[in-house]
Amino acid sequence: MALTHLQRLEAETIQIMREVVAETEKPVMLYSIGKDSAVMLHIARKAFYPAAPPFPLLHVDTTWKFKEMYAMRDRMARESGMDLIVHVNPEALAKGINPFTHGSAVHTDVWKTQGLKQALDKYGFDAAFGGARRDEEKSRAKERVFSFRSPQHRWDPKNQRPELWRLYNTRKHKGESIRVFPLSNWTELDVWQYIYLEKIPIVALYYSQVRPVVEREGTLIMVDDDRMPLRPGEEPMMRKVRFRTLGCYPLTGAIESPADTLAEIIAEMMIARTSEREGRVIDRDAPSSMEIKKQEGYF
Amino acid sequence: MAAPRRPDARPDLAAIDAAIRAHVHKSLLRFNTCGSVDDGKSTLIGRLLFESKALFDDQLAALEADSKRVGTRPGELDFALLLDGLSAEREQGITIDVAYRFFSTEKRKFIVADSPGHEQYTRNMVTGASTADLSVILIDARKGVLTQTRRHSFLVKLLGIRHVVLVVNKMDLVAYSPEVFAAIEADYRKFASELGLPTVTCIPISAVNGDNIVNPSAAMPWYQGPTLMGLLDSVEIDETRVRQQPLRFPVQWVNRPNQDFRGFAGTIVAGRLRKGDAVRVQPSGRVSRVSRIVTFEGDLDEAVAGQSITIAIDDEIDISRGDLIVAADEPAEIADQFEATVVWMNESPLLPSRGYLMKIGTRTVTATISPLKYKINVNTLEHTAAVTLELNDIGVANLQLDRPIAFDSYEVNRDTGGFVLIDRVSNDTVGAGMLHFALRRAHNVQWQALDVNKAARAAIKGQKPCVLWYTGLSAAGKSTIANLVDKRLHSTRRHTYLLDGDNVRHGMNKDLGFTAADRVENIRRIAEMAKILVDAGLIVSTAFISPFRAERQMARALVGEDEFIEIFIDTPLAIAEQRDPKGLYRKARRGDLKNFTGIDSPYEAPEHPELRIDTTSLSPEDAAETIVAYLQARGVFGFDPS
Repeated sequence: MALTHLQRLEAETIQIMREVVAETEKPVMLYSIGKDSAVMLHIARKAFYPAAPPFPLLHVDTTWKFKEMYAMRDRMARESGMDLIVHVNPEALAKGINPFTHGSAVHTDVWKTQGLKQALDKYGFDAAFGGARRDEEKSRAKERVFSFRSPQHRWDPKNQRPELWRLYNTRKHKGESIRVFPLSNWTELDVWQYIYLEKIPIVALYYSQVRPVVEREGTLIMVDDDRMPLRPGEEPMMRKVRFRTLGCYPLTGAIESPADTLAEIIAEMMIARTSEREGRVIDRDAPSSMEIKKQEGYF
Repeated sequence: MAAPRRPDARPDLAAIDAAIRAHVHKSLLRFNTCGSVDDGKSTLIGRLLFESKALFDDQLAALEADSKRVGTRPGELDFALLLDGLSAEREQGITIDVAYRFFSTEKRKFIVADSPGHEQYTRNMVTGASTADLSVILIDARKGVLTQTRRHSFLVKLLGIRHVVLVVNKMDLVAYSPEVFAAIEADYRKFASELGLPTVTCIPISAVNGDNIVNPSAAMPWYQGPTLMGLLDSVEIDETRVRQQPLRFPVQWVNRPNQDFRGFAGTIVAGRLRKGDAVRVQPSGRVSRVSRIVTFEGDLDEAVAGQSITIAIDDEIDISRGDLIVAADEPAEIADQFEATVVWMNESPLLPSRGYLMKIGTRTVTATISPLKYKINVNTLEHTAAVTLELNDIGVANLQLDRPIAFDSYEVNRDTGGFVLIDRVSNDTVGAGMLHFALRRAHNVQWQALDVNKAARAAIKGQKPCVLWYTGLSAAGKSTIANLVDKRLHSTRRHTYLLDGDNVRHGMNKDLGFTAADRVENIRRIAEMAKILVDAGLIVSTAFISPFRAERQMARALVGEDEFIEIFIDTPLAIAEQRDPKGLYRKARRGDLKNFTGIDSPYEAPEHPELRIDTTSLSPEDAAETIVAYLQARGVFGFDPS
């Protein structure tokens, strides 16, 4: 009996995580509370069992996540026995950066990209696990599992190290850091199926529920709190919606769906006709926008 | 498969559960594709994604928009655009890297490494092929077997891929002719058997029209073989094969959460492991038994190749990262000298004699390549003599390690026989290689632990042996200062030896010139000599320009960490050139002397020398004084090893 594709993906992810712990000085796991983070955290607990994963979780908080995400974050940190570091970019906080007045590009850059750099520098982490997958977006398809960043956190797509077999060269110069993507070879469907089989807890926002939303530029945006300014004539509608990916609530599109169980979500996924990133407003900023963000240090 | 329910209908959760469970028991096959865009490779991959419904509507819409904007075929979907990720590449219209794509059928999930076919990119193809169970080699039916087809096939063979599919594309453009296909197939099979490719399947297709991709082609009723998707769904996965081999379990990480548990974490790369099995730890050779196979879900009785696990063993024997746990009665070979094939992947050429880091499994050692036996022309498969390897060159060489390792031939196992080479200074992955066999059966040779050892020899001399490694530009003052220091040490009855140009270049190294490769070899020999003299208990001085950081680091690594004292004789180029006692700088400036350090060959100044001597502010006598005082402070004199 051959191993199943999920068993092999899990084994590969474990191998990558252990290699980082064996060869770097101060690793950290970026925890964004979404389903990919949930899978990554779950596998980390397997990889180092019976020890707890020997690194902390880092949440780069934009203060604009869904309320339910914060509750989930605190619960998972408690259950895993890992330290949770929450970093809030003090400059963004002082300036009151938000997606409505500043736009999604500035909001994402200041809160997430700059915030992440600040946090990595502040704690001196030399390796950071991220939950990105190669199937998410075109420019990700060619990114390595181990992605090196200059001391300024820049990514150089022209100068990546070849990765052969299961061998990863983790050597770096002083000041350089590594972003490590242990879920590189997973697809969105793999992630969902794994969550189903392993019964991994995920934020309820993934399940359909009647929620207050407004429609903007063809995207359903949930009114999660009263910081969201309504446009003239705009009235939140109650719709049964769920989310395929989770980010800042004003930038995350919901889809209408009756699926309120994991099984139904997966059933929908298996016949889905649109990719999960369609709900992400930030990818539409400019052609190749994801790639530009990555070169600037976005995860 | 179950459809999503209408809002008013009750979901049939049992049916959905059954559907999901049927879907999660797929196997995983990795394959790579070789060929150029001209052969329709991108169209083929796009077609596979399309047919397996791996493309979403928004991706198709984006593809349509991109096809209109920059597509090469007006009015049609240009699947190549799906596969080109980076904008710079997209503008140039070429793929210059390896991209990974995913799709699945009812039986399998597939990971496709899309390696470009362009001549310069051997490196990318080797990378993409390293994890593949199968290779798809694509050719254009109108062109037949070309040089690039041979090149791709050679690389596939080199990387040990067991299944090759020769996909003859564009059959629609040769009127689906069975004769054309038969001629190409015969031609390729002849070549493949000369090369020694194990299993070859030839399939005539049209990627544009979808012939023989998923369904048998109505236009080619004469073809009775499998469709491409049918074949991908049924070939043997390499992991199933290696499971039949004896156990190989490289220790990746020692898990020690508390005093009561010590586990060894890793991924099984061959064979299987049962609770109670006798295992041997290599290279130490110690034998023990597996007491537990520990996982998050509870202990297992058995684990197989491909699984990442943690094991505990019966005895408290010393095991650390880099060790190989093997079946007790079927151990791997142990050796420190090998023949190997090396693929060079870096702009800086291979320097034989330079020590590179070699990562194999979970172990990192230092490897020196010497000598290079020959280079292989990937187009003609001819062997030619070579002294170095450039980017994308492939050669066969002897490899010498700084310590013995456990290994299997790459042909037997990729994980215990495949390695990468890393440059110590740039940290780049500069090469990849495949071990063939050990040059000497070193596992039969026991190291002799000599009773008269370094400590004993040092004790009788009442000193702590070390290397004073002087480095600096020509005419910086290295020899002058080293001589003064040596005289002082000798006058206080220290046992010393000075290696310099006079006693080395004219004797031991008189066969070497001044090319970069020869300079590296020059320093390597000096470093080895210094190591022997340190072993003899001496305070050794070496006074050579030694311009490259990597070689100085190699020399440092040869002796103990506290036995190497790097002394940077820091003289600015302008001043050294002004001194020019032998008129060498003038000759170099005139162009009469090639590869002269500081003029047309680089000098890499030490970053953290133990001592830096600024000759613009210190006289040679004061410099010697400073160095002797430093040695005194380090406890080099009056050392008592007991």
